[in-house]
Amino acid sequence: MRNRRAGLAKVVACTAVLAAVTAACGSGGSGASSDGKVELTVATFNEFGYEELFKEYEAANSNVKITHRKTGQGNPHHQNLFTKLGAGSGLADIEAVEEGYLSQVMAKSGQFNDLKEIGPADVRADRWLQWKTDAVTTKDGKLIGYGTDIGPLAMCYRKDLFEAAGLPSDPEGVKALFATWDAYFEAGDRYVKATGKPWFDSAAQIFNPMHNQAKVGYFDRDDKLVIETNDDKKIWEQVTGAVARGQSAKLVAWSPEWQNGFKQSAFATKTCPSWMLGVIEGNAGPEHKGHWAVTAAFPGGGGNWGGSYLTVPKQSKNAKEAAKLAAWLTAPEQQIKAFVAKGTFPSQTQALISPELLNKTNDYFGGEKVGLLFAEQANKVAGAQYKGPKDGEIQDNVIAPALQAVEQGKSADEGWQQVVEGAKKAAK
Amino acid sequence: MTTELTVARGRGVEPRPPRRADEDAKVPWRHRLTRLDVKYSPYLFIAPFFVLFAITGLFPLLYTAYVSLFDWELGADETPFIGVENYVTLATDDQFWNALVNTLSIFVLSSGPQVVVAVLLAVLLNTALRARTAWRMGVLLPYVASLVALTIIFGDLFGPQYGMINNLLEFFGFDRIDWQAERWWSHVAIATMVNWRWTGYNALIVLAAMQAIPRDVYEAAIVDGASRVRQFFSITLPLLRPTLIFVIVTSTIGGLQIFTEPKLFAPAGSSNGGATNQYQTVVLYMYQSGFQSQDLGYASAMAWVLFLIIIAIAGINFLLTRRLAGTGEG
Repeated sequence: MRNRRAGLAKVVACTAVLAAVTAACGSGGSGASSDGKVELTVATFNEFGYEELFKEYEAANSNVKITHRKTGQGNPHHQNLFTKLGAGSGLADIEAVEEGYLSQVMAKSGQFNDLKEIGPADVRADRWLQWKTDAVTTKDGKLIGYGTDIGPLAMCYRKDLFEAAGLPSDPEGVKALFATWDAYFEAGDRYVKATGKPWFDSAAQIFNPMHNQAKVGYFDRDDKLVIETNDDKKIWEQVTGAVARGQSAKLVAWSPEWQNGFKQSAFATKTCPSWMLGVIEGNAGPEHKGHWAVTAAFPGGGGNWGGSYLTVPKQSKNAKEAAKLAAWLTAPEQQIKAFVAKGTFPSQTQALISPELLNKTNDYFGGEKVGLLFAEQANKVAGAQYKGPKDGEIQDNVIAPALQAVEQGKSADEGWQQVVEGAKKAAK
Repeated sequence: MTTELTVARGRGVEPRPPRRADEDAKVPWRHRLTRLDVKYSPYLFIAPFFVLFAITGLFPLLYTAYVSLFDWELGADETPFIGVENYVTLATDDQFWNALVNTLSIFVLSSGPQVVVAVLLAVLLNTALRARTAWRMGVLLPYVASLVALTIIFGDLFGPQYGMINNLLEFFGFDRIDWQAERWWSHVAIATMVNWRWTGYNALIVLAAMQAIPRDVYEAAIVDGASRVRQFFSITLPLLRPTLIFVIVTSTIGGLQIFTEPKLFAPAGSSNGGATNQYQTVVLYMYQSGFQSQDLGYASAMAWVLFLIIIAIAGINFLLTRRLAGTGEG
């Protein structure tokens, strides 16, 4: 057992020999404090809505003391996660992992605890939507994370622009336009013809959900790159065809110009995970209130974009206690509280039928019952596509730039060449 | 004190045989301390720099060289030794050569105009202006402002669809430019950010050197009937040579390590440097390899190659500047 002075000495010593990366210099798995309490650190990013829950847990479990390490953005949080995995020390007892980084984490699944083994026995896989749990289960059946929230996909569209272009605009009427991807691109052609303006924000924002609906991703289950034989070529042609017909506003997602595009009415539809509603409201601003609408339909079925997991790295010295806390945090009752606090959409089947969620409405989107709508969309997600270790890298650094190159004037065939070469290089 | 000691124990002094056995005990401890002090404390005084440098500079440098010989994936269970394979891959990696060309292009577009403008600006600031200090402080302002904030503002200005510069171009009847898509124009945009930030800073360094040039040299030249232009080329430039060498070498080092500007010029902060890597620099590619592809061995090899390239180019610049700025004299 360590006392407080030893802790101070450790800090001093670690500061002094900053460069010498030693195993002793981590704050992860901090063990027990002098008063016999179990100290648990939890590292999250953005807003998980856990602040009040930590207090509640500490009150109910007097032997536990929780330290919260909160990073503003996802990117630095995960950078830190991978660096400290590499260093072999310094991680928190519970580390949050976002879906976009999950393939990289799964590739290093040996450094995380199997929660089936160390977690409380009463936590069963049917707590979550099946695809949510499947995505975090390794090939040999280990569960390395408990699901927190998800981002089920629906379609957001501009009611006023649809009306002006002579398209149906009420949430029921538009569902036919968003039934399949063919119907979606066809409606896009009608819109472009009527207004001369683009239909969607950028090609990558369409390609990614289409790709994720396919049975086989960039890699097969043996981690062999199959980009030349799976459905991606077909999807590529559909999307770049739409680009050639003027459907893309060519605005890279998250860029200042993209944000501006919402204000400028640069496009009429947006692939819309649950958390995107807030992004649209923030970017489009009050002058577009009532213009945007959302409907419980998504071309080709359903889809998911975003959402996280809680993992317990093997570095943790209190893995059992950490797993207990993670299990408690991801229970439906707690996740609903987090939803009420910060709007993180729950991934637990029981939470998806709770009245707090189903009665949630959104004023900016015309008072739509968005809780019910996205719960419905969450149940439409078919299954978890297998992701290889380099999946995220191919998506961000190969597909997205190649689609942008096509939007900037490269031919679709040359763009596909760029994809194949880039993917091969990344997979090497 | 020292002299006393040396003389007492020097060769010229006869030994003192009867007390030889306990001679050491006879030298007062304070004297011995003083001797140690004189011998070693200078090293102690300069030690903090060298110790810190060894920890934060030399060790990472050597460790990077070590890492570059392995297939070192961040967080992997095994990191096999592969010798120079990373360097061989690098030599045949199109993306690396593309990044190197981008880096050199942005470097020439920034450092070249920058030094010329800085010298001219310094000449202007060296004349009898009203509110001279205000002007001199003014050119330093871009340097004081936060680099990230500046880059984001410039990124907005150079926005292809809603950017102000394109609006201005259109207003004056020119074609709009896709600052993101076109390789050459993206380099111009990035070089503009670098120049905006560093020109004033370099101008002040040159100005300081200019003011150290003795007035009587100019007076003699005026008596000889030399024009202002002749004075500039025959007196100012040659006497600025050491400073120019400093400015050029530091801007070479900075220019070849350019990272923040292209990183934040990308619309959503990606490390690709554009859709076809058209403005990805070497450091950006290195960052991408190391921390996104998690291939630390490869990134380390790239770091070392860049290190050698910088030394080579800085050396060439040093020689060139010495020769060019020197010819005015003769």
